[in-house]
Amino acid sequence: MAKILGGITTSHIPAVGNAIQKELYDDPYWKPFFDGYPKIHQWIQDHKPDYVINIYNDHGLGFFLDKMPTFAIGAAHEYRNEDEGWGLPSLDPFPGAPELSWHIIESMVADEFDITSCQELPVDHGFVVPMQLFWPGAPHHPDMPRTVPISANTVQHPIPTLKRALAFGRALRKALLSFPEEDAKIVVLGTGGLSHQLDGQRAGFINKEFDQYCLENIVHNPDELTKITRMELVEKAGAQGTEFLMWMMMRGALGDDVTEITRNYHIPISNTASGTLLLECAA
Amino acid sequence: MADMPAFDYHIDIPGTTIFDGKQAMKGYALNKMCYSFNRAENREAFKADEEAFMEKYGLNDQQKEAIRKRDVLGLIEAGGNIYYLAKFAGIFGLSVQDVGGLQTGMSTDEFKDYLKSQA
Ligand SMILES: [Fe+2]
Repeated sequence: MAKILGGITTSHIPAVGNAIQKELYDDPYWKPFFDGYPKIHQWIQDHKPDYVINIYNDHGLGFFLDKMPTFAIGAAHEYRNEDEGWGLPSLDPFPGAPELSWHIIESMVADEFDITSCQELPVDHGFVVPMQLFWPGAPHHPDMPRTVPISANTVQHPIPTLKRALAFGRALRKALLSFPEEDAKIVVLGTGGLSHQLDGQRAGFINKEFDQYCLENIVHNPDELTKITRMELVEKAGAQGTEFLMWMMMRGALGDDVTEITRNYHIPISNTASGTLLLECAA
Repeated sequence: MADMPAFDYHIDIPGTTIFDGKQAMKGYALNKMCYSFNRAENREAFKADEEAFMEKYGLNDQQKEAIRKRDVLGLIEAGGNIYYLAKFAGIFGLSVQDVGGLQTGMSTDEFKDYLKSQA
């Protein structure tokens, strides 16, 4: 049976892709951000996951408002990174794991999560930036795991509740643990956040206190966070800070017993309070 | 169109427009045009003839006027969603800090300072 090694969260700001391309790792603006990743690289190198479940939110590349799945699961042989409108160079396609995708889809629907399956899914910065951060040179990193993308809607309200996101993660855990590949090692990503708002007169809003509250509780007390309503989340995390839902989905997949390996938090990167967290599952 | 009641969006968050079904319906044509800017050929076609491009996507007068004025708050008011609008802003090489400044009446540098001040 398969094993879940742990979960890693990170912000997925588009500007990070640009900073990576320009190798701004020691630039004074970027250093406090990039300093959060070497420990994660080490952990990945020590554990070498075979599969990465990348839980992210699409920002208008893979989906449009014509059809907006609340939860979508990729089921493709590969995932293409495409132009998001800014003419930036696209990365090469990421190798998929369709047999794991369909296992997850079967298990989630049997568990009464009515997901959308996607045999074609162009992936945007929400998916690729975390891959680049964790596997430098992605998708050409020598240990690049095969991937299953899972996207949750944070573009258009109604978005899922934090409670549903955590429950989704817990059902995902069941799906992953029952994957019948001997000793398959899986890591789960949750990307996006933390607090930020891009639109309106409140653009630029960041909420350190609320982010710290979320970071504290998500490790050992994620159920506490399900008390936060969606509108409260918009109010406290900012309109786009609702991406914290991805962190909750990831957290649900890890089970109760986790150890925090590292975390980083820095204000600002672009318009965002950036955060990263690595949680290891009990053996 | 009849006013669609929002569901549980009763709280007012100053300076924030909840992009719900009502906004999504109002802004559909505008957002669809901006979504098309994912493709370089559509960005070029827009630049070549903005009016014809807006007409093709069926923007209403309010949306057209906000596009002409590069009025970000006006675009949101007209149903625009920031993720699609970011693609429109990208045509002019505007960063999210530029867009933040435009919406808050700050220069880009003032906006960046504001972000830092929250550390
Ligand atoms: Fe995002």
